[in-house]
Amino acid sequence: MIVIDALLSGVTLGGMYALIAMGLTLQYGVARIMNLSYGEFLIAAAFLAFWFFTGLGVNPLAGLAVVVPLAFAVNWAIYRVLLTRLVVRAKTRAALEVDSILATFGLLFVIQGIALVAFGGAYYSYSYLAVPVSVLGSTIAANRLVALAAAAVIGGGLYLVMTRTRLGTALRAVAVDPVAAQLVAIDIRAAAAFAFALGGGLVAAGGVLVSMFLTFSATMGVVFTMKALIVVIMGGVGNLLGCLVAGLMLGLAETLVSRFVDPGLTLAATFTLFLGILLWRPAGLFGKAAR
Amino acid sequence: MSQRLTTLLTGLIAAGAATIAALPAQAQDAVKFGWAISKTGPNAGGATISLIPNYEMWVKEVNAAGGLKLGDKRVPITVVEYDDRSSSEEAVRAVERLINQDKVDFLLAPWGTGVNLAVGPVFARAGYPQLATTAVNERAVELGKRWPNSFWFLGQGSAGAGALVEVLSALRKDGKIGTNVAMVSVADGFGIDLSSAGRPLIEKAGFKLVYDKSYPVGTQDMAPIVTEVQRANPDVFIAFSYPPDTLGLTEQSRLLGFNPKVFYTGVGTAFPLYKQRFGANAQGVMGIGGWDASRPELQDYFKRHVAFANREPDRWASPITYASLQMLQQAIEKVGKIDRAAVIKELQTGSFETVVGTMKMKDNVPTNLWWVGQWQDGEFYGIAPATNPGAKAPLFPKPAWTAQ
Repeated sequence: MIVIDALLSGVTLGGMYALIAMGLTLQYGVARIMNLSYGEFLIAAAFLAFWFFTGLGVNPLAGLAVVVPLAFAVNWAIYRVLLTRLVVRAKTRAALEVDSILATFGLLFVIQGIALVAFGGAYYSYSYLAVPVSVLGSTIAANRLVALAAAAVIGGGLYLVMTRTRLGTALRAVAVDPVAAQLVAIDIRAAAAFAFALGGGLVAAGGVLVSMFLTFSATMGVVFTMKALIVVIMGGVGNLLGCLVAGLMLGLAETLVSRFVDPGLTLAATFTLFLGILLWRPAGLFGKAAR
Repeated sequence: MSQRLTTLLTGLIAAGAATIAALPAQAQDAVKFGWAISKTGPNAGGATISLIPNYEMWVKEVNAAGGLKLGDKRVPITVVEYDDRSSSEEAVRAVERLINQDKVDFLLAPWGTGVNLAVGPVFARAGYPQLATTAVNERAVELGKRWPNSFWFLGQGSAGAGALVEVLSALRKDGKIGTNVAMVSVADGFGIDLSSAGRPLIEKAGFKLVYDKSYPVGTQDMAPIVTEVQRANPDVFIAFSYPPDTLGLTEQSRLLGFNPKVFYTGVGTAFPLYKQRFGANAQGVMGIGGWDASRPELQDYFKRHVAFANREPDRWASPITYASLQMLQQAIEKVGKIDRAAVIKELQTGSFETVVGTMKMKDNVPTNLWWVGQWQDGEFYGIAPATNPGAKAPLFPKPAWTAQ
């Protein structure tokens, strides 16, 4: 029972990590933008959910219906206004990555500054669906289960979209080889913008869901960007299934080490796992080596 | 010719002397204060709650009264502020800039133990009083000797651990709790300091540590830790934690129905956020800090803080920060001029009336502090050291968690 307990806890945590990271894998994998302000969007969504819940009395799950399209639109606008110029200008993928790192680094401070002015630097926390649920004999918070379920649904749904629909296939083509994709009449600008915006919508959904049970402040964005980056790279850039698997692995590793070895070794364990995977498969679990 | 020269020279000297006599001794139109504080970065949470509202409120109140009383006139305060971005290097640079370029008259301290230790040498070299109200440091007394200009208002962590152990020992003597204690600490300065100090004290007092682990800063999932602690079935749960973990541990304990008789969490328990988040479930939770809420001066301070900052003060560092500023004001006004060395001497030796009571420093550390507080009926009252005036008896046992 202890083992099931730990496994369930680990899967729940892993689901949260995967949920946080899915947007970045799209933004980095398809749009080829290394978005350093990724975590700030998560925090911004968390603040919006907080405001909806405490100020307007709207529960976060309903708030998703507003926050996700809003984030989609904002990210689409950012791509069109800020990042398209970089895409046009970049001669190689590497150049685009460096340019996008610098640009989004600046964007990080802009968003963080707005959040600080609006909410200050204090910690915020609210409680929604914090009811214990008994699953297979162990107790998990309902809100964490919702986050896990969302991760599964979004991840699974996106995977189906990416593999079974025309749009998804176009996005995958752009991720694999943008030049060749143009040859088959895929509008890579539109596809990249869409992928970036979709990634933004995903991270907003993640932000709303994790805000139900995590304490956040305006300056915590970088923490989430770091976590997402680790999951994305470990799973293979651009691969949603890889993102899910990597997130689950990291969550399980952290929980099992915390329960059965020592809570102080969780960071060491997760980074060792990360390093190990990269040594074994340098492009990530499901990634393909760049040409 | 020499007579004319003599007359001319005499006239010049007389005119010069008259001019010099007419000049004021020190043309002080404003007292320049400066501070480097964490407005961004991981320390921003703590600084926004404990320091920024108190610093700004105090300046506003002093200026509303006309300013600081230097001699027989009141001089307003002007402020130069920098964001240290929660980085010690940045804080050191900012403080040096404040001293050398902005040439401030007085400096206020940054947030956090690490940053205060980093800027300590800069304050000391330049001879500015350093009123560190958000630093818990084992070497407080030693630092007070090395840097007589530095004042460590939260004292030493071992005193905090010791006060908690005294509360527990008293409860054990009354037969209310057994000997099993579970202790977790965050793997950072605060957690390490207090758990290292607490461990020998707990064992010497005859308790048994059935769980003793630390976790990395920023751990977001407390379920594994709380589940393990619950299995060890302790009577007492101690967490030397930071605000996000404090909330996380409390939430997990509530979800898992972990109800030890004594539940103590670290930094953050004294924040109004704790009460907002947990409501009635905060009842009986002990934490670090506390205050004598019955004091009318503190009740007045509370009202003013809410009116100014739109939020309640925390019940640990906030009132102490405000009291330290009152001490600084009284010291400056007693000295009567901008003489930092004299102000330091006055702070070291004087006795001051503040919102938290009479403050007197010994070895640059306050002679009485609140180390353990407990949420009782919506207020975080100080319960230990029990010898402090206004100490309330601990509420025992902590009521079981209810659904939220």
